[in-house]
Amino acid sequence: MATDIKMPQLGESVVEGTIAKWLKQPGDRVEKYEPICEVSTDKVNAEVPSTFDGVMVEIIAQEGETVEVGQLICRIETEGEGAVESKSAAASAGSVAPAAQETPKAKADTAGDNSNKHRYSPAVLRLSQEHGIDLTQLQGTGKGGRITRKDVLKAIEQGGTQPAVATAAQVPVPEAPVAPATPAAAPAREAVTASTTPAAPAKTGVVLENGDREIPVTGVRKTIAQRMVQSKHEAPHAWTMMEVDVTGLVALRNRLKHEFKQREGVNLTFMPFFIKAVVDSLKEFPQLNSVWDGDRIILKKDINISIAVATDDALYVPVIHNADEKSILGLTKAVNQLAEKTRAGKLELKDMQGGTFTVNNTGSFGSVLSAPIINAPQAAILSFESIVKRPVVFGDNMFAVRDMMNICMSLDHRILDGLMAGRFLKRVKERLEAYGPDSQI
Amino acid sequence: MSELNHKELGLSDEQVLEMYRTMLLARKIDERMWKLNRAGKIPFVISCQGQEAIQVGAAFALDREKDWLCPYYRDLGMVLTFGQSAKDQMLSAFAKAEDPNSGGRQMPGHYGDKRFRILTGSSPVTTQVLHAVGIAYAGKLEKKDHVVLTTCGEGSSNQGDWHEACNFAGVHNLPVIFMVENNKYAISVPLDKQVAGGEIWKRAEGYGFPGVRVDGNNPLEVYKAMKEAVERARRGDGPTLIEAVAYRLVPHSSDDDDRTYRSREEVEEAKKKDSLLQFKDYLLQHGVLTEEKEQALLAEINREVDEATDYAEQAPYPDPQETYKHVYA
Amino acid sequence: MPVISYIDAVTQALMEEMKRDPRVFVLGEDVGVRGGVFRATAGLIEEFGADRVLDTPLTESAIAGVSIGAAAYGLRPVAEMQFADFIMPAVNQIISEAAKIRYRSNGDWQCPLVIRAPYGGGVHGALYHSQSVEKIFTGVPGLKIVMPSTPYDVKGLLKAAIRDEDPVLFFEHKRCYRLIKGEVPVEDYTVPIGKADVKREGTDVTVISYGLTLHFALQAAEQLAQEGISVHVLDLRTLVPLDKEAILEAVAKTGKVLIVHEDNKTGGFGGEVASIIAEEAFFELDAPIKRLCGPDVPAMPYSPPLEKEFMLNPDKIATAIRELAEF
Repeated sequence: MATDIKMPQLGESVVEGTIAKWLKQPGDRVEKYEPICEVSTDKVNAEVPSTFDGVMVEIIAQEGETVEVGQLICRIETEGEGAVESKSAAASAGSVAPAAQETPKAKADTAGDNSNKHRYSPAVLRLSQEHGIDLTQLQGTGKGGRITRKDVLKAIEQGGTQPAVATAAQVPVPEAPVAPATPAAAPAREAVTASTTPAAPAKTGVVLENGDREIPVTGVRKTIAQRMVQSKHEAPHAWTMMEVDVTGLVALRNRLKHEFKQREGVNLTFMPFFIKAVVDSLKEFPQLNSVWDGDRIILKKDINISIAVATDDALYVPVIHNADEKSILGLTKAVNQLAEKTRAGKLELKDMQGGTFTVNNTGSFGSVLSAPIINAPQAAILSFESIVKRPVVFGDNMFAVRDMMNICMSLDHRILDGLMAGRFLKRVKERLEAYGPDSQI
Repeated sequence: MSELNHKELGLSDEQVLEMYRTMLLARKIDERMWKLNRAGKIPFVISCQGQEAIQVGAAFALDREKDWLCPYYRDLGMVLTFGQSAKDQMLSAFAKAEDPNSGGRQMPGHYGDKRFRILTGSSPVTTQVLHAVGIAYAGKLEKKDHVVLTTCGEGSSNQGDWHEACNFAGVHNLPVIFMVENNKYAISVPLDKQVAGGEIWKRAEGYGFPGVRVDGNNPLEVYKAMKEAVERARRGDGPTLIEAVAYRLVPHSSDDDDRTYRSREEVEEAKKKDSLLQFKDYLLQHGVLTEEKEQALLAEINREVDEATDYAEQAPYPDPQETYKHVYA
Repeated sequence: MPVISYIDAVTQALMEEMKRDPRVFVLGEDVGVRGGVFRATAGLIEEFGADRVLDTPLTESAIAGVSIGAAAYGLRPVAEMQFADFIMPAVNQIISEAAKIRYRSNGDWQCPLVIRAPYGGGVHGALYHSQSVEKIFTGVPGLKIVMPSTPYDVKGLLKAAIRDEDPVLFFEHKRCYRLIKGEVPVEDYTVPIGKADVKREGTDVTVISYGLTLHFALQAAEQLAQEGISVHVLDLRTLVPLDKEAILEAVAKTGKVLIVHEDNKTGGFGGEVASIIAEEAFFELDAPIKRLCGPDVPAMPYSPPLEKEFMLNPDKIATAIRELAEF
């Protein structure tokens, strides 16, 4: 069989050699260690010997030709045993040829693996903060679902992320009639996530004039802004209002308030009555006690009422959990406790979580009409306006001076239609009008 | 002292008196440094005492305008002969900014002064011997006729660099003079445990150039041998090895205690052969020096050393920011 | 522009600098009549004579020490260590003397010396003809350390080294000598010492390397480009003084860094580069800094499979880059 003879490496650093002269021609017998050609390189000139017995069959590299180390120069027909082993022995320097290709390991299948989704590199954290990127909204392309620097850069290029749905931090809300924002039925994991970083809002190009003052929009303010925009943008708001005659309720409260104060040590306000009316009505209309979740509506089992509590610089929306299990007294105490905690700055995370419906006492500052923004993802928000004495037609063609109050409701039209909302509101109205000076609480 | 006469060596009375004065100055600077060290004012002293005749006698045989020195850390007498002053030594001892050797960066005894063609030296021994060969080779390339003198102790003559240097200079026939100041001790290890055969000068034969041994307590004998070596080198006849034998009169350094390895009797015996005593006798005998002149000379030197000490002690230290300078050009 | 080999670039630089400046001379073992065992000094003795192309005795410490003396005197010696592996006897001269002469003399003396040494493996050189020795010197301020990878850089940097006022260790990868060819201008030019060079622009992973492995990295980058992975390749060229700015810039390109060198990992220069990145570019990082280096064994063995195992290659580098890209 014919064996390939390759250009040997003649010295360190040598990568090629020039055939100076062939000492054997095709047909010539070649003995082991007999020189077959002369090769010159940058470093040495040498005779290249055969490493086995045989007959020269073909010269590949001609005299004067420069050949890379490891390239074929001639073929020798070998004889008898050892031919095969000689084949590999020939020009062992051929091993300096580039290292054999090592097939790279197959890429590990990481599809569906999200183990690194929340492992953020320093670069990712820095970029997300500098550009207001909400990392929870990004899909990671790295190993284990890790969000890579490139993922963030891509998000920045595409204009940033949308604000997150809801968070559980103490989020001050703007004054009514804007709805407070608290986590409603957000899953627990979301609920403990730190507040989202809002995307940088677009500037409108307002020109500052003499005397104008600039107030930087802080992170908190930004959050509020963003969430209100989101609620208004995502939830189609429908609005409805009813007039409620609370003359009886007013009389009842007037009768009870001194005694109540003495006995319980707290003021008896209208708020517990409002809440109670809402809670009892929600039981009748569970669709109002629900949240929107994309492709489904979730009816909440618990009735947790978010209430707005004002402080000097902000408004908080703590939650009365299981409000349906509480009496007027129980609700009074719950409202008072949350109000005190809020003003003392001692609200805990649990006080802020889990609201399913929001009650807003806008009447406390004199409003008679408001259009609140829904505390997403809740289904509706209800404002109780100021109680004012008004002449109304009463009974049969009589005028009377009555204590009147408007109640205003914004509802998510994806969840509710006007009929259901109207029925609910009507039941709230009826419950409040049912109170009389002698009602038991 | 041998019967050598300075006039026969071509040295004038003034020249030998100057040699004596330099030897005495070296001794007095050295003694002062020990006192400053023991008083806690300077951290370290390494001494020339006992080797002044070698250093001064050799340096006087060179051309102090064009020849080069690659000395070792005891060569105080040599660098004084080549131009450094008592003040320079004290600035170095106190590690002050003005120290011409290193700006206060190196320990005392690490000489280096471009003004006088004294190449900067280090603490690893014998490295300078190769540098001397390099300077000699540079002279050959540049067609200059300078001669390079390099010195080291007898212990250092065992280092590979010393042998590489001798061989290199021998092969290329370079104008370099290797002088070994054999003071009998390499710190604590005596000559018989340092040098096989005990005769360093004979090693020259193996490198193809002459080697001689001289009495290191006689500056005139050192001068004579060196003069011949310099002439040989300048003629283009190549290197010479000179072994100058003396005795280290004090411990290796201010951190050493020589009582742990040699007897007081041995040291006292050596002190009787102190080159300063012998050379003074010679000068008195030849009428070059008188006791009055000696007293005046001593007073002058003491004043010079006092002034140098005061100046250096009061001189400013380098600014801490100097730490970062001269790493690269 | 003519295309020449890496080693021809060495020879040309020496030839031109010796013509330009009579103070330049070369010395070393077999550099004269033989023109160097790698032929780097071929033709110099014919041009400049035996005094300026000096065959020294077989004494590395003397080659360094004599060069230091001549440099301090004012000449521009270019010493050759026949193999970087044999620089060890000269280490005392290089570290205790050359590196410190300017500093210890408070700027009174200088040591404008170049020591050239072929290093690196992949040439069947076994333990003592294959080593990378740069890490012995990179922690010694006072020395400059140049490790070029292309003929253009070799010529420009060697000229710059010869004209430099400080001692420069110029390490030439011996596998590159005849393997790597490239365009080199005919006109005189220098490449500044202390400046790294971006050899390829990319956006996914940054590879920082020098010497032979730089070429492996470029080959890996080419291969990976077909897989959609974009690799940024920085050639350090000079290890000391290090071009920190260029490193930080290269890191910022991708946030993912692979440092590659043939010298072994522990104590290798990659550790220093990684430290700088960790200290000064932490918030650019999108993945842990990764090093791909020679293994922590005493030196490169002779037997081909062992040598191959020790050596880096484009596939090993591609695998490491891929892992980073996927991270």
